Amino acid sequence: MAANPMHQFNVYRIGPEIKLGEVDISFTNASLFMVICSIAILVIFNLGTKKNSLIPDKLQLLAELSYSFVAKMISDTAGSKAKPYFSFIFSLFMFVLFCNMFGMVPYSFTVTSHIIVTFVLASFIFIGVTIIGFIKHGFGYLKLFVPSGVPIVLLPLIVVIEIISYLSRPISLSVRLFANMMAGHTMMKVFGGFVVSLGIIGGWLPLSFSVALTGLEILVAFLQAYVFAILTCIYLNDALNLHH
Amino acid sequence: MFKKIIFKTLIFCFALASIAQSSESGGMPQLNPEFWVSQIFWLILTFGIMFVVLSKLILPKISKNLETRKSQILENIETAEKQREQSENKIKEYEKLIFENKIEAKNYFNEIRQKVLGDIAKKKQVLDNQIEKELKEVEKEINELKEKAPEKINKIAIETSTDLIKHLIGTEVNNSSISTIVEDISIKNKDKYYGV
Repeated sequence: MAANPMHQFNVYRIGPEIKLGEVDISFTNASLFMVICSIAILVIFNLGTKKNSLIPDKLQLLAELSYSFVAKMISDTAGSKAKPYFSFIFSLFMFVLFCNMFGMVPYSFTVTSHIIVTFVLASFIFIGVTIIGFIKHGFGYLKLFVPSGVPIVLLPLIVVIEIISYLSRPISLSVRLFANMMAGHTMMKVFGGFVVSLGIIGGWLPLSFSVALTGLEILVAFLQAYVFAILTCIYLNDALNLHH
Repeated sequence: MFKKIIFKTLIFCFALASIAQSSESGGMPQLNPEFWVSQIFWLILTFGIMFVVLSKLILPKISKNLETRKSQILENIETAEKQREQSENKIKEYEKLIFENKIEAKNYFNEIRQKVLGDIAKKKQVLDNQIEKELKEVEKEINELKEKAPEKINKIAIETSTDLIKHLIGTEVNNSSISTIVEDISIKNKDKYYGV
């Protein structure tokens, strides 16, 4: 059972079964790591803003650098109009980043390796962006599907393609994160299994692979959080500044 | 880029292979809907709480602090600029002061020098005058003495010769004859005695 690389993604109940009417909302290991990530973020940023001195210490510098990093990312991709959504994108980036990074700890659980979690986040972004677009531009937001400078003959085809690509946004966004996290962790588990099965003589090669993969996975963990946040910014940019 | 794509494909192949292998023992736990609702519920709860606390309490603090720092730095730069200007002005003022004082000192020195030189000249003049006057007086005296000297010498010579003769011979010789002889000699030897 332990050799099964998918075993690490199992969700199991911790503590008693909690039921809300007919629905099961028990506290699971996934919930535990969501709570841990949120608390870690809050604790780090709370400690980072406690002193607020003119010359920052390490934690304060960390908080301020993350702040300016996300602020720059938003202003670069979505412009100054996206400022009211800064705290949401910041929280999103930090949550995904911390979940990915906590997943790198051995024997821990990766919250973002579950399609349902990433899909809820992505559809929330999708619905939110669509609502913002309709509020800002009214039915003019539908012009997003009609690119300018396209020949009339091609227009029906282009509009259909645009609508499909728009509707597939939550799926691509959620699957990208989920698949990356799952694939990476499965890979590491598989190589770990090879180390055990090949023993002390042949196990060194997969072990070195495993070490290299750990570094790669940490990079991927950061990169996927960044990609998730920056795609949110791009979608928000479409809704705020209708350029088509 | 190419390497990255190859690497990614490899990873996916491995992952798919392992998923296929594990599907015999239950497949992907991600697709098991047993705990979906629970995950959605806890995700909304934790993310919601984190979002509210971050956006209401923590992020305003960071942005405020960043802004304060920015304004503080600008203020400091402004102050520094102002102080630099002030110091430059002070240096100019100082240089001007030094220059003025140098000129003043030079003038003062020249004035004093002029004055001292004048004083010296005046004193010299006075002294010169005095010396000249005294010299004249002395010269006059000398001349007087010079003029009187032969007469006196002659007189003395006559007296001495009278005395000498008296002692030597014991008779008194006529004064007039002695004086004639003395005058004769003195006239004869005038050049020798007075150097005139």
